[in-house]
Amino acid sequence: MEAQVLFDTLKGKFGDAVVELQGEGYSPAFVVVAPASVKEIARFLRDDPALSFDSLMCLSGVDYKEKFAVAYHMHSMKHRHAIGMKAFLPRETPSLPTVDDVWPAANFQEREAFDLFGIVFEGSMDLRRILLPEDWEGHPLRKDYKYPDFYHGIKV
Amino acid sequence: MTIRPNALPTQEMTINMGPQHPSTHGVLRVILTTDGEVVTRAVPDVGYLHRALEKIGERVTYAQYMPFTDRLDYLAAMNCNCAWAWTVEKLAKIEVPERAEYLRVIVCELNRISSHLIAFGSYTADMGAFTPFLYAIREREQVNDLFEMLCGNRLTYNYARVGGVSADAPPGFLEKTKEFLDYFEPKLDEYNELISYNKIFVNRLANVAVISAADAVAYGLTGPNLRGSGVPFDLRKDEPYSIYPKFDFKVCVGTGERGTLGDCFDRYMVRINEMRESIKIVRQAVAQIPDGPVLAKVPRVFKPPVGEAYFRSECPRGETGIYLISDGTVNAYRLKIRTGSFVTMNIFETITKGLMIADIVAVIGSFDIILPEIDR
Amino acid sequence: MEALAISLVKAVPALGGVPLWTVTLLLIVASAVVILVFALTFEGVGSLVLRKVAGDIQARIGPNRVGPHGILQFLADGVKLVLKEDIIPAQADRFLFRLAPYFVFVGSFAAFVVVPFGVGLTAADLNIGIYYVMAVTSLVVIGVLLAGWSSNNKWALLGGMRAAAQIVSYEIPVGMALLPAVLVAGSLSLQDIVRSQGGLLGIFGWNLFHNPFSFFSFFLYFTAAQAETNQTPFDLPEAESELVSGYNVEYSGIRFGLFFLAEFGDMFIVAALATSCFLGGWQVPFFNAAALPPMWGNLLSLGVFLSKAFLMVLVMMWVRWTLPRLRVDQLMRMSWKYMVPLTFVNLLGVSLWLLVFRGKGIPGMIASLFG
Repeated sequence: MEAQVLFDTLKGKFGDAVVELQGEGYSPAFVVVAPASVKEIARFLRDDPALSFDSLMCLSGVDYKEKFAVAYHMHSMKHRHAIGMKAFLPRETPSLPTVDDVWPAANFQEREAFDLFGIVFEGSMDLRRILLPEDWEGHPLRKDYKYPDFYHGIKV
Repeated sequence: MTIRPNALPTQEMTINMGPQHPSTHGVLRVILTTDGEVVTRAVPDVGYLHRALEKIGERVTYAQYMPFTDRLDYLAAMNCNCAWAWTVEKLAKIEVPERAEYLRVIVCELNRISSHLIAFGSYTADMGAFTPFLYAIREREQVNDLFEMLCGNRLTYNYARVGGVSADAPPGFLEKTKEFLDYFEPKLDEYNELISYNKIFVNRLANVAVISAADAVAYGLTGPNLRGSGVPFDLRKDEPYSIYPKFDFKVCVGTGERGTLGDCFDRYMVRINEMRESIKIVRQAVAQIPDGPVLAKVPRVFKPPVGEAYFRSECPRGETGIYLISDGTVNAYRLKIRTGSFVTMNIFETITKGLMIADIVAVIGSFDIILPEIDR
Repeated sequence: MEALAISLVKAVPALGGVPLWTVTLLLIVASAVVILVFALTFEGVGSLVLRKVAGDIQARIGPNRVGPHGILQFLADGVKLVLKEDIIPAQADRFLFRLAPYFVFVGSFAAFVVVPFGVGLTAADLNIGIYYVMAVTSLVVIGVLLAGWSSNNKWALLGGMRAAAQIVSYEIPVGMALLPAVLVAGSLSLQDIVRSQGGLLGIFGWNLFHNPFSFFSFFLYFTAAQAETNQTPFDLPEAESELVSGYNVEYSGIRFGLFFLAEFGDMFIVAALATSCFLGGWQVPFFNAAALPPMWGNLLSLGVFLSKAFLMVLVMMWVRWTLPRLRVDQLMRMSWKYMVPLTFVNLLGVSLWLLVFRGKGIPGMIASLFG
């Protein structure tokens, strides 16, 4: 399905929650949505028969210097089409609802985004650090991350 | 198990299948809560091999990042190299010469064979049959010899480049490859005779950790794990990239031949059959490969246009997807690597409820995970 | 031993003044030392042969640096183990931790005493030979449980429990599978069993060919005994890839060496019992070794016995490197649901056969047809 058609479908159904389509220079195209409605849009994308995006390819946190974003890449086994979804978040308290009840595949990737960016996924079944030790301070993939000098008394 | 009243009180045991363990395919830690031999909860704890590859990607140039992709999945380093090259080429719309694509496919498929050999060998070794592992290593040494002939390295190849490959095949390489394929093809039947259909081995694997097709898709399983559950989805056929449309090969799917569809045995057999298909692909590639240059003209100081691209390729352990954000400078702005093994670990806790400790080892082996891919 | 002591005193006049019990005691100690040396040598060389056989099966060479073709490897390993640091985990039960390897080693070594090496070569020809062997090898269970428990390590505990369950479960098939040989020979003494397999029938005098049930019970015994000695496909208690060596994971140095050696000792006992009970022991085909002068008779029968026993050990190693291992519940199922009923039926079959055919075996009946 064409990205523009999909964008129009979503816009028709969710109105203002669907913000814009990033098409030029983006492969696949991204539908930018409001963070609060991520879960319902995700559920619609998965359940609607014409869309049936049953597989979450990739979930990434991104640090655009003024704001954060969570980028979702989805794929449909039935219709063999793919689309991206993006939600921009404020830097101070980045948080949005989880999609791990829509796609269980999201769980580890959300934990990774939380670990490396500090993005909180509300309602997640298990949100804790995954790659870094439990007591690490800071979120390394942020652009303004400063390396700590010491960790448990060991010079880093 | 029914508990009789007035029976001795029992307690669950928490065991640590620690980062150092012969069967966890790397530094994987699994915290088991068991009731005797039966596992009630198995929580994986990853991150022991986290090397901040994604952060490093923001500091080095696109060409300099190639050796880092070797270390992403060192058993299938060619596939990871090529995945990175293809992603950057997709973003910057670079045209790769045909001979380079043929060489890439040849090495990717050969590396698929050697990676599946390790998966096969280490899986049977985990199950207690130590011999097939050494046969697999013997075959893999020959593949390593081929790669050494091609690029000088035996494990971390750094072979692909943005725009092509680093070196052309030396004279004799294609003949040696054909010889290897002729030598190796009957070995697969030998392995099946030795171990694959051995009653003890089948009993260890059949009906263990059955994953339905719907679960497999929902939990993000990819590659042989997905196909083992009966879903006939192979990126090389269904979302073809590079020159894969030119080759004729089958997609290997689990059939539930010795148990339930989607059990460990199906995932194991998919890998064995995939080796056969890879042999077919390499044979066709060696026959069809054209002459020509092997590296496109890419500027020395390479600055791709601003934009974002997501490219996924079929690596032996699943699909490796790279989400690349470029801001027009020599370094990537954000580089996210989605690996098959990482997402596969999602289903680990669900699927291991009620299994025995020996089955945990069987499950880890059937997923064919590798820790560098999980931890990056 | 008493008889030997008496004849020794008669033969050597210098010993005239020494009381008989001293000579007897010295002879007992000497024979124990000889057996111990044999056992340790076999266990050492056996470990080397295991690695070379593994190398052959796995398309590689095996140890070949220490000595020509790696022959001295086991000495190097022995020296290494002796010189290693003796680590006892901090929270371990020190007394039991130290005690466990001895139980295992003694359980294995004590069975060497009744093995019939040759015509007159048995350290002690007990008239309850097989019963004694079964009883003494059960000591191993205690040792393994002690090792697993006292290591204060959950993996060791799991391994110890599995081992105990496995060894105890397979003792029944082992015993039941040996009984046909006892019934045919009419005696529990191993030397008697071997003697009963001799005669002009040569190879066909073996218990293996006596009747279909004893033929079957040889294979039952061999399989069940592999489980007793924790060999793959039954090596769950020390599954290297799961339990990281199971009950002996916390042992280092010579304590580990004792466990390791005892495993090979057990292998030899299994092979020795299999050859004595089913393959004719030291009987030379078509030849009466007992008729030769004692020294030649003993040497010849010793050679025959050792070659048969080593062949059985090689078969065990071959199976070990070929098959994967059974899961613990599959192992238990195999023992209780399959082997126990089979061995009982087998025993019944042998008893009925002996009753109906008055103790004659198939080769014997065929021979009597021809006169």
